[in-house]
Amino acid sequence: MITVENINKHFAENQVLTDVSFVFESGKTNLIIGESGSGKTTLLKIMIGLFESDSGVVKYNERNFTEMNFKQKKNLRKEIGMLFQGGALFDYMSVEENIIFPLTMFAEKSEEENLERVNFCLNRVNLENTNHLLPSELSGGMKKRVAIARAIALNPKYLLCDEPNSGLDPKTAILIDNLIQEITQEYNITTIVNSHDMNSVMEIGDKIAFIHQGKIWWKGSKEELMTSDNQELNDFVFASKLFKRLRKKF
Amino acid sequence: MFTTLRNIGQYFLLLRRVFSIPERKTIFFKQLILEIEKIGLNSLGIVIIISLFMGAVVTIQATLNLINPLLPNYLIGLATRDSLILEFSPTMIALILAGKVGSNVASEIGSMRVTEQIDALEIMGVNSANFLILPKIIAAMFFFPVLVIISMGIGMFGGWLGSISVDVTTADFLEGLKYEFIPFYVTYALTKTIVFAFIITTVSSYYGYFTKGGALEVGVSSTKAVVYSSIVVLIFNFILTKLLLA
Repeated sequence: MITVENINKHFAENQVLTDVSFVFESGKTNLIIGESGSGKTTLLKIMIGLFESDSGVVKYNERNFTEMNFKQKKNLRKEIGMLFQGGALFDYMSVEENIIFPLTMFAEKSEEENLERVNFCLNRVNLENTNHLLPSELSGGMKKRVAIARAIALNPKYLLCDEPNSGLDPKTAILIDNLIQEITQEYNITTIVNSHDMNSVMEIGDKIAFIHQGKIWWKGSKEELMTSDNQELNDFVFASKLFKRLRKKF
Repeated sequence: MFTTLRNIGQYFLLLRRVFSIPERKTIFFKQLILEIEKIGLNSLGIVIIISLFMGAVVTIQATLNLINPLLPNYLIGLATRDSLILEFSPTMIALILAGKVGSNVASEIGSMRVTEQIDALEIMGVNSANFLILPKIIAAMFFFPVLVIISMGIGMFGGWLGSISVDVTTADFLEGLKYEFIPFYVTYALTKTIVFAFIITTVSSYYGYFTKGGALEVGVSSTKAVVYSSIVVLIFNFILTKLLLA
């Protein structure tokens, strides 16, 4: 479980997050949705310490991340898997080297055991026999899957995904979404997904927070979302004709 | 003024993070070998070409200025040798490497920053500054002196080729090369080179590491890395010459 309490953040004159509080539950896919520039990525980066908040607290299972020193944060981060928007694979490393990297760095295991884990992770994301390919030889969807494999290599307790299906075709996007959800349930981890893709929301959103103008504007499940009368949320979620028609059915 | 002070402060804070013990020595040495290849071995070609022609030109210019019935011809070899050892090989090669290696380092680290690869390292709990920058610094400080020694040798060979073209005898040229050789000049040149290697890699890494934005900003960081590392190299060239030779 990850808890954020009263998070505030500004950049120069721009107040990005105002008094943001939310509980992200374990074993569930928690979604943060909102327009581009609404503060979703900033919140995610505050949660992992890439940005410092002006005020507020981030807790990982009651461990106060905000008050931790550099070394404590570093140790806690080993429990976090992160999936970046572009995958953030190391360009000069092959698929295998990318996934084995955190294992060699932190897992006290033999090379054979690490290789076994790499193959297991690749198998888990349906990318067998791609070990020696370079990131430049992979498609967008494959890069995301390798990034997921790398994120789960160290058996994380928390999985944070920043727009995991941006730039992907709908079919691949759903594949990635389902993979994230399966992993979340399989390992009972706390997963947070930043997204503005409504297909994702409908597909995997166990618990949803809608950020608007830097505030948590609405929270609930995907079923509640379909029947909500929150105007800003409806304007965002049912922006397309398809979703408007879908809503009428509820 | 404020920006300059902030940059200097940030530079030293970055260095503090760079100089810590690597988490996995095996990974560090693997990175170090890669960097020696990228920074050192891949610069060998340009160093050889530049040194060859630099030596030839220095000799021809020295000949034009020193041809005089009252001056012995071996002075041409002597002038070539001392010019190459004291200034041309260490400083000129450092400036060339500031361009080649500096832009390479800044754009590599800058690209990693804008594509969130550095963030990915940090999330994994890796000290990204130490992991990415320390091997580059050590590789450069280890290999730049090798490049400068090669440059001195090739430069003198180029000088000999130049001397043939202006009718200076090989015997006179070689005598000049050997005449009253002061070994400390080589120590001075290598000391300068090690300092320059440190400056080029750290200043370029600094500009790469703090790149913000996208591809355009990576280009800007790369340009800044070359410009500022060249300026700092020239400033330290003056300081070290004053300290070691004056």
